[in-house]
Amino acid sequence: MKNNMSRRQFVKFTTAGAASAASLGIAGCGSSSSSSSNSTNETSSSSSGSVYYLNFKPEVDEQWQELAQKYTDETGVEVEVVTAASDTYEQKLQSEMAKSSAPTLFQLNGPVGLQNWKDYCYDLSGSAIEGELTSSDLELKDGDSVAGVAFVEETYGLIYNKTLLTKAGYSESDITSFDTLKKVADDIQSRKDELGIKGAFTSAGMDDSSNWRYTTHLANLPIYYEYKADDETDTDAIKGTYLPNYKDVFDMYITDATCEGSELASKTGDDASNEFLNGQAVFYQNGTWAYDDIGTMGDDTLGMLPIYFGVDDSDQGLCTGSENYWCVNKNASDDDIQATLDFMYWVVTSDEGTTALADDMGFVCPFKSAKEATNPFVTIANDYISNGKTPIAWSFTTIPSEEWKSTLSSALTSYAAGGSWDGVKTAFVDNWATEKAASE
Amino acid sequence: MKKALKKWWPLFVLPTALSFVFGFIIPFCQGVYLSLCEFKVISNTTFVGLRNYVDALADEQFTHAFWLTTGFAITVTVLVNVIALAIALALTRNHLRGSNVFRTVFFMPNLIGGIVLGYIWQILINCVLSNVGEQLLALNTTAGYWGLVILTLWQQAGYMMIIYIAGLQSIPTDYLEAAKVDGANAWQTFWKVKIPNLMPTITICLFLTITNGFKLFDQNLALTGGDPNHESELLALNIYNTFYSRTGAKWMGIGQAKAVIFCILVVAIALIQLKITKSKEVQQ
Repeated sequence: MKNNMSRRQFVKFTTAGAASAASLGIAGCGSSSSSSSNSTNETSSSSSGSVYYLNFKPEVDEQWQELAQKYTDETGVEVEVVTAASDTYEQKLQSEMAKSSAPTLFQLNGPVGLQNWKDYCYDLSGSAIEGELTSSDLELKDGDSVAGVAFVEETYGLIYNKTLLTKAGYSESDITSFDTLKKVADDIQSRKDELGIKGAFTSAGMDDSSNWRYTTHLANLPIYYEYKADDETDTDAIKGTYLPNYKDVFDMYITDATCEGSELASKTGDDASNEFLNGQAVFYQNGTWAYDDIGTMGDDTLGMLPIYFGVDDSDQGLCTGSENYWCVNKNASDDDIQATLDFMYWVVTSDEGTTALADDMGFVCPFKSAKEATNPFVTIANDYISNGKTPIAWSFTTIPSEEWKSTLSSALTSYAAGGSWDGVKTAFVDNWATEKAASE
Repeated sequence: MKKALKKWWPLFVLPTALSFVFGFIIPFCQGVYLSLCEFKVISNTTFVGLRNYVDALADEQFTHAFWLTTGFAITVTVLVNVIALAIALALTRNHLRGSNVFRTVFFMPNLIGGIVLGYIWQILINCVLSNVGEQLLALNTTAGYWGLVILTLWQQAGYMMIIYIAGLQSIPTDYLEAAKVDGANAWQTFWKVKIPNLMPTITICLFLTITNGFKLFDQNLALTGGDPNHESELLALNIYNTFYSRTGAKWMGIGQAKAVIFCILVVAIALIQLKITKSKEVQQ
């Protein structure tokens, strides 16, 4: 039995080993993958500072790397660009900020992000980059100090397929208010087989890849109009004055749609995008960034309408704003801060910088020397403004937390599957106060 | 040989010991310290004492996640071990053809990552739910819970089966022959000979399934994401969400306090279980 004994002892030993090792492992959090640049050029730099930019948008990582390399070649200042993988920016920022070589330039999404990071934001008032902004509305303010500057403006609304709308016998001029929009949508929905489509609206997917279109972007409208009516810019307790309008629009989305409300729980952003791309739906709520996915349909086919909300339809424009603010790390060395400010200024003023922002990345930048972007939705947004319509500001940046959004998402999903609207009301109004209090 | 081992053992232990110290001991101590602080990044902290623990224990979602996880861990531990042992017994019978193929098939799910499994099962379960006219996973707490159980069974039963097979094969055949000669039937052989000799194996398997049940994260994140409204959120996911999806200075510390409570809890349960089952092991 000698052999058996030793095997048994071996088993025992490994048990003990595994016991101590495995039991103690805390559930690991997904480490964010990232692509880091190789722009550390060995040229001796004239100034001693260097730049480390933690980029939020994975889709333009490559363009930033190129731009950083150009800057290094031109000035000899090292610029490192690291991009956080999709949806992991906050995690990445937290771990990078703890390092001795922390990012000197990082991004925040607005007042809520600022709440978390205000102790790290260098005051940009009086800086060259602040002077380049076209409007001081685009500053992220922390009291009197300028914690960040918006560097991308985006617009969203109801994207529609012009060809299909014409086929249904309507044109853009027939839709001027929520009522007319609903009439057109209902009519299209009732004739969907005749028109060869699946529904008037693409599926209002409630998967994480799509629910932000309703819990953030659509939810912006009741928040915006309430702020406007009450003359506020933020509140600790929202009243939900315009929730009935929110319900009307959402009802229209889920009834005049390509699928049953009960299926929405598992519908994704790709589903909606594909339905629109394949001509199965006429309307699609999304923004300028969607052009990357649906641009192949041709600029002549694509149009964008305001999400008419039934409050002030004759004056309502598209929703334009920013949730991309540049912030400089206050705790970086003076040399690095200076190098970072110089880099930002160069990006928004130099020929290379503005070309890269507008043409390569497709950004609309609110800076004086910015180049015109080629995105047709941007042109439409500008037309609305020049026709005297009021753009809807992005008030959703004051939403108390991600938790608020995910609770609202659950409530909307449940409502779409036949639940009651009261759940949505509670999630919108009561939970706002709870979450605002929790984030103090 | 023995002498050499005596002399050189520190060298052999060193790599594991080092990685254990750097990968666990140091982060754990740091974690305990952080759980007593308010912080945003870990290099800049303010000491706040036990406040985080008070807040963490007062958090209803945390309590809910705790009981849900306890229930889940018990269900999974029982089911995984019963099923794994049953398959192992079936596949160690001498006359079964192709038993190696079956072993591979049962073991296979274990090779796929939890996130991938979670999404695949999400599609499968949603299809079934949609066909029988039930609410989809995102709105269906019961389906979310049992979906997680089924997923975990499917993934872990094969792994435990392999360990049980190894255990069954290490039972000396003289024991089984002696039992046969004495006239024991299959049932008696199983309870009186196989189970007592399997105790060391059972210790490991119970340990692995209990801790896995408590620590389950990827599958939970991918399959239900805690929907609806944190109803299907297990402890690990609750900690993760506290840490990353809440706004405000205090939440990081609370998440950290939860993690420490969680860690101590899992270690304590695992040690108690080891002690109990080890006392039942017999000397061969």
